[in-house]
Amino acid sequence: MKAFQFIDARDLRSASAALGRDAARTRLLAGGVDLLSELKERIIEPETLVNLKTVPGLNALRLDAKGLTLGTLVTLDQIEFHQGIWKSYTALAEAAQSVGSPQIRNVGTLGGNLCQRPRCWYYRDESINCIKKGGSKCFAAEEEADNKFNAILGGGPSYIVHPSDCATALVALGAMVKYQDARGGMQTVPAEEFFLLPTENPARENVLRHGEILTEVMVPALAGARSTYVKFKEKDSFDWAVSAVAVRAVAAPDGTVRDIRIVLGGVAPRPWRCPRAEGMLKGKRLSAALLNEAAEAALEGSKPLSKNAYKVPLTRVLVRRAVNQAVTGKQMA
Amino acid sequence: MPKKIKTVVVENGFEKEVEIEVPDGPPASWGDPRSLRILGKRNPRPDGPDKVTGRAKYSSDIVLPGMCYGRFLMSPYAAASVTGIDISAAERIPGVKAVIAIVQNGGQVMYHGQPVACVAAMTPEIAEDAIRAIRVQYVAKPFVVDVVKARDSQAPKVRAEMMGGNVQYPGENSKGDVEAAFRGAAAVHHAVYEAQTRLHCCLETHGQTVKWDGDKLTVWASTQFVSGVQNDFRGMPGGTKNVQVITEHMGGGFGSKFGAGPEGLFAMQLAKKANAPVKFLLNRAEEQLANYRGPGVVAEVKLAAAADGTLLASDVMTWNNGGASNAGTPLDQGFYIIEPQVRRAKRYGVLTNTGGTAALRAPGHPQAAVIYDMALDALAAKLRMDPLELRKRNHNDQVRVSEWELGARVIGWNRRQEVPGAATGTHKRGIGMGSATWGGGGRKSATCTVHVRKDGSILATSAVQDLGTGVRVYVKGIIAEELGLELKDVQADIGNSDFGPGHGSGGSTTTASVAPAIKMSAVRVRELLTATAARGLNVKPEEVELAVGGKFHVKGNPARGLTWKQVCALLPAAGLKATGDWNDASDLQATGVRGCTFAEVEVDTETGKVTVLKVVGVQDCGLVLNRLQAENQVTGGIIQGIGTALLEDRRMDNITGRMLNPNFEEYKLCGSFEAGGVNITMDPPYRAMGANERGVVAIVVDNPTGKVSGIGEPAVIGVQSAIANAIYNAIGVQVTHQPATPDKVLEALQKKGARA
Repeated sequence: MKAFQFIDARDLRSASAALGRDAARTRLLAGGVDLLSELKERIIEPETLVNLKTVPGLNALRLDAKGLTLGTLVTLDQIEFHQGIWKSYTALAEAAQSVGSPQIRNVGTLGGNLCQRPRCWYYRDESINCIKKGGSKCFAAEEEADNKFNAILGGGPSYIVHPSDCATALVALGAMVKYQDARGGMQTVPAEEFFLLPTENPARENVLRHGEILTEVMVPALAGARSTYVKFKEKDSFDWAVSAVAVRAVAAPDGTVRDIRIVLGGVAPRPWRCPRAEGMLKGKRLSAALLNEAAEAALEGSKPLSKNAYKVPLTRVLVRRAVNQAVTGKQMA
Repeated sequence: MPKKIKTVVVENGFEKEVEIEVPDGPPASWGDPRSLRILGKRNPRPDGPDKVTGRAKYSSDIVLPGMCYGRFLMSPYAAASVTGIDISAAERIPGVKAVIAIVQNGGQVMYHGQPVACVAAMTPEIAEDAIRAIRVQYVAKPFVVDVVKARDSQAPKVRAEMMGGNVQYPGENSKGDVEAAFRGAAAVHHAVYEAQTRLHCCLETHGQTVKWDGDKLTVWASTQFVSGVQNDFRGMPGGTKNVQVITEHMGGGFGSKFGAGPEGLFAMQLAKKANAPVKFLLNRAEEQLANYRGPGVVAEVKLAAAADGTLLASDVMTWNNGGASNAGTPLDQGFYIIEPQVRRAKRYGVLTNTGGTAALRAPGHPQAAVIYDMALDALAAKLRMDPLELRKRNHNDQVRVSEWELGARVIGWNRRQEVPGAATGTHKRGIGMGSATWGGGGRKSATCTVHVRKDGSILATSAVQDLGTGVRVYVKGIIAEELGLELKDVQADIGNSDFGPGHGSGGSTTTASVAPAIKMSAVRVRELLTATAARGLNVKPEEVELAVGGKFHVKGNPARGLTWKQVCALLPAAGLKATGDWNDASDLQATGVRGCTFAEVEVDTETGKVTVLKVVGVQDCGLVLNRLQAENQVTGGIIQGIGTALLEDRRMDNITGRMLNPNFEEYKLCGSFEAGGVNITMDPPYRAMGANERGVVAIVVDNPTGKVSGIGEPAVIGVQSAIANAIYNAIGVQVTHQPATPDKVLEALQKKGARA
């Protein structure tokens, strides 16, 4: 990696000031898991790293009747080992637990997990100047490309998939994301709107502009809700999602779906909400036929690339399993 | 007949070498395995604590005063002409001590990762800056990285100078009238299979730390052949006759670390130019891109059988992906273990713009095994025959048959689907098998020297390196066993070319090559000390025997004796040294081991996910010197094989010609969840496993020869076959192109659905 300066930020304002305006010259450091590999592989070559971990108060975790509040520096293993999160926000606990390896979860932060860069191997190869790095094309979109892990939904002009497990879970849980904007003010947006499609900006995956800092995630409590995160990996011991589905549902005692949010991960450049599938399920009791219809609807509009058509039926299966799990509390037989 | 051996005695206060007579006992023998005190037991490796605490020093750990760090600049192109290379900017960077252009102006690069230049600098960071400051002008050329595309006559030529294009090295192995045999067949199976190209993934990357002292070169090498590296440095340009190679510990080779390699050559040249020691170890990306791969094979296989399961004929064509630098040829006789009466095997090596090949744990065998074992199971299904019965029908080695039966019993073979894919539900279970054959005998090359000091302490030295198989345990164990002592009484110092001719740890030959030499060194020590004790006891040597505890006493009179220390105290000041040679005891080893693997998997037919439930590896091993290590070899083979079967997948990009996953994140090795997490050790009577037990079982059975053989390689051979066939048994369709990743399993199921 290129040599860099290291600045310990005292507070958010000084962190933001140290970051300045030029994304090529500075980067924000939290757990450092993804940043370090980007540095080592020369995907980025900043002159200065601004350490956020010296800013006090960003690792607070609060769970009360109103909901769950997580500072950006809360580590994934703190989430993974929190009984209250398992009980009330199961999808988030499952998502955190599914990340990387225990060593990574020990140091990886929630903020870093949400802001990590994509895994597309064309993007990760220093020598390939793809559209995400200012090049003119998405290599993954070509017929001859090796795109088995790329997007089947929401692609173009870039066909990355969003790599964050927690992002998918948090969108399903209706979370809000708080960040300090470039002028020093605090902004709060729904997690769903925090992530961007490449049509909005192919170079980044969320609304944060350089110098803006994600500070907190708030998950509202919802009475009677049950959630789950179903992740499919090639390698269980350590892998990103080939495909994943997060669902939060509220079911009546008779099994009628009162409320449901379905979000797909690993298949689109951002967590992919499925409003039509949600609408089909609301007010109804689950049946095999209804689950199939909802799964079809969840994947409608999917446009596989040359080597990833398998992700469409795979994701349909995960939708059926996750919806069933969240609504009934039981795994599908 | 007494025999004469050389030893050192003290005469008039001077030590001198003399020949003495010792009784000529029966030829060296391992003895009755049941009477052994140390050998064959489960003895932990003495270097284990050193490794887990970091005390063990690998080549990567060597730090020398003034040491520089070596780095390669590697080709970013799969094929290009170099039209200019300028190292001057790199040479001007402060801290850069040497820069060498490897590819000259006008040279060619033929794969992504080919070394183009190298540097030595005072820190790894400066070295990285330096390689980035080297200016190379490339003119990119058309390339081909896919073995099937490379066969096309219109494909870019990987090596323009070779006549005949990319398909090279034809070979044929035929026997009998193939057409006639197929005409008479009751069942024919015809399919194309692919065993993928694999990377070695040594946890310690390739490389060496080298230091010049005048004309003397000291090399700390991560190698599986200390003496081979020594010879390389003696022969290479700028090398020296005066070279010492040290490999106290090393982190895996799997067949890719026999010589000095380009890392060693350029470390040595850079060290000379920089006038400083150089550490040159590849980083992980460079390691995955380096010129070492286990070649993938594409095979078109036709098998014919009679109605009773007799294998009538095979008709096979194979294309071996040899990369750019060594097209090689696959192991292919038209069969693997199960031999048809008639056969025709045509083989080719195919050049591609990818890195060259190297031996990889049983070179050629896992590829041949998975191809033929899958074909046999498909043929068995056509015959409506039990795949194990089909194999038995065509094979009559009773040791092998008994191993098959043992593996089948432990896995619960009768629980498999009688018709592949017959299970109902979305999660289908299946059981499959694979087989292995290997040599594992020793070669003349190794020696061992035992030095007994006057205080009774014992130092055994041998140049042999420990590739990871626990050599130190049996160096100590064989000597302690022979001398009536314990493991703790013997010190073992190995992995140093100063200790005499060494042995290359390839072909699973190390133990069978070194163990006889160790045994002979211990026998000589026993003979010499018996003679010394006889002098002390004032009897003839043939009247003295050595008892457990290291006590020498007069035969039939245990009370009249001397302790180990008392006898050693009678030695001259230098103690005694005895060297054992393989030649004198080659009868203590044998070649020819078998082995088989049985696997049970569960396939989620909706997602394509394969979960390995259990794997049973049965391996015969001649005389087991250390049961713990022998089982570890088998367990390790199984774990590596699970990764091969399900995950390991080098991705070569047809657009850029680059390898897309030169790392461990996307080149996926078997992890703890994939292996099943439980390692079950089984001892006789080898109970059958319950349906819900998950884990890896290593069964090492003693080969009736009672002689030492190696098993590092055969342990891996049948694993991919067994898993591939278990998947077939579960879902009723074969994943012909390995590995069986979910996308390929779903694709296979879809094709099957379309046919149904």
